[in-house]
Amino acid sequence: MTRTFLARNPSVLWFLAALAIFTLTVTVLAEGLGLGLIPTAFVKVLGKTLCLCLVALAMDLIWGYTGILSLGHMAFFAVGGYMTGMWLMYARTEEIVVQALAGSPIPPTPDEVAQGVATQIFGVVGGSDLPAIWSFAHSAWLQLPMVVLVPALLAMIFGWLAFRARVNGVYLSILTQAMTLALALYLFQNDSGLRGNNGLSGLQNLPGLGEVPQSSLSIWFFLASAALLALGYVAAAFVTSGKFGSALRGIRDDEQRLRFLGYPVEGYKLFVFTLTAVIAAIAGAFYYPQAGIINPAELAPIASIYLAVWVAIGGRGRLYGAVIGAGFVSLLSSWFTGGMAPSIPLGFYTIHWVDWWTVLLGLAFVLVTLFVPRGIGGLFDKLPSPRRHGAQLGPDDGALREKEADA
Amino acid sequence: MTTIAPPRITSLLEVSGVSVTFDGFRAINNLSFTIGPQELRAVIGPNGAGKTTFMDIVTGKTRPDEGTVTFGEVPRSLLRMSEAQIARAGVGRKFQRPTVFEDQSVSENLILALKAQRAPWRVLFWRETGQDRAKVAALAEQVGLQDHLARKAGELSHGQKQWLEIAMLLAQEPRLLLVDEPAAGMSFLEREQTTALLVELAKTRAVVVVEHDMEFIRRLNCKVTVLHEGSVLAEGSLDHVTKNPQVIEVYLGR
Repeated sequence: MTRTFLARNPSVLWFLAALAIFTLTVTVLAEGLGLGLIPTAFVKVLGKTLCLCLVALAMDLIWGYTGILSLGHMAFFAVGGYMTGMWLMYARTEEIVVQALAGSPIPPTPDEVAQGVATQIFGVVGGSDLPAIWSFAHSAWLQLPMVVLVPALLAMIFGWLAFRARVNGVYLSILTQAMTLALALYLFQNDSGLRGNNGLSGLQNLPGLGEVPQSSLSIWFFLASAALLALGYVAAAFVTSGKFGSALRGIRDDEQRLRFLGYPVEGYKLFVFTLTAVIAAIAGAFYYPQAGIINPAELAPIASIYLAVWVAIGGRGRLYGAVIGAGFVSLLSSWFTGGMAPSIPLGFYTIHWVDWWTVLLGLAFVLVTLFVPRGIGGLFDKLPSPRRHGAQLGPDDGALREKEADA
Repeated sequence: MTTIAPPRITSLLEVSGVSVTFDGFRAINNLSFTIGPQELRAVIGPNGAGKTTFMDIVTGKTRPDEGTVTFGEVPRSLLRMSEAQIARAGVGRKFQRPTVFEDQSVSENLILALKAQRAPWRVLFWRETGQDRAKVAALAEQVGLQDHLARKAGELSHGQKQWLEIAMLLAQEPRLLLVDEPAAGMSFLEREQTTALLVELAKTRAVVVVEHDMEFIRRLNCKVTVLHEGSVLAEGSLDHVTKNPQVIEVYLGR
């Protein structure tokens, strides 16, 4: 009965192969390294989409497998973005300041450079001092670990309070949404130290790589995002297979029963909540450099609701479903909202997809929930399977059939 | 006259002076109950007598307003422990309706229940050993599910689910077993098997059976505790308690 990790998770190999083919194709066709058939802007869209697929995996872990409908994971995604953004913006501004001061007769002191950076970054909100939360931003080695540490700490504190109090179901969803909204409102303030509604910008430039064209940078980020998604998929498959996966599905289906088996359910929830928050933050840390800009609007509760919609449409409770849902819906969304979809003139009214896309998405969500509860990923179940002969013995496809039972 | 278990030197579970009130309703009223480390006990009583609340208190689901509950050779209070901690200390519970994880296979259900470390980190890196496989196979064999290991638990018949749940309880290796109406929904033959199993189990551990079915209890042939309005009305052999006029009035006479 002992089977290897891959035998227990046949989707892993298929997924990795599909992702490799996709990545290779895009790399070859892209402007940066290859034939130039795919413009840089679209490479960035694809790279960002891969990051969204990664956060959808996290959502599937927490919602599809553990049954906790969190409406706050895009907040962790944005926090991850802010944490890398601080470093990128500081480093970029420092380069500009050093360049500007290079012409002066006396070489600038480090203090003068730091002051110059602070004025550059915070002039827009009327400040000239670097807030305490920027203390690490001058060093990648100090700031980048914050991508993991800050969301992890946030998730642990929130999760500990919520799960210990046995907040469940829709109440927990509301609570996570409130957390997201509170965080967004806080960041909108100018004195929160993250430039208020201006957010952080100029994130598309990597420090020290000013000479490298965006067409190449975009491919690097695209490849990094693909590698990250592959890693995330394998990690998620590891977590959801075996006894731990059993325990997670047990929490989803009957947590009280699992408690009476001796499992510390609150500990498991906290573990998964924190783990998925970290995955979301890492995805965000790679998304925003490709987007170039981040502002508090990214934390809007609607973003987390979209995340849930992607996973539901893709098929929750299966990892590839989440990836397919996020990829498919977010690409479709950028097609419709990017003005690329042709408007439909009805004579008395013209349907502009930019306005009507959300209606279409909402309708699709309702239809999927009603008629295809397993989502797009569920279509894979309909693929022809080995001929099994005989009538079903059990209530559904998973049951043994006559001939098999005899064998 | 049926035999009564010999006097115990130590008790495994000791519930004393426990009361609990729900919205002004006294579900349990100054209840005291003791069971030895190897004893079979039947608990009977009319609906609302507090049988389920009693189990809820022992397993940590409900906190009593007053009283003490201690467990083990070196008595430890269960009142400050969570449900999971109590379960790990060795209290197993079987619910009235079969509660198995329907979306998972029979063997996954059993593996989940096998006595092992329960902390998330340990479970994440847990790997099945040959010993575990042998245990799962033996448990499945014991309850007649050896041919169904790969099937989803949701596909099993009602009776098979009951047996799976019993196997899951055994997998936990509890020292005290609380069994809520085991005979419900079982065929005559299955009842016979269940009785034999419970009697056998009580040779190595404490077993408390809550049951309505008098015929079933007679076959268990053990000491009986009668609950009424949240406290013990009578205790002793089945013949002894059925002769008690108070018991006849509140329970049997109807």
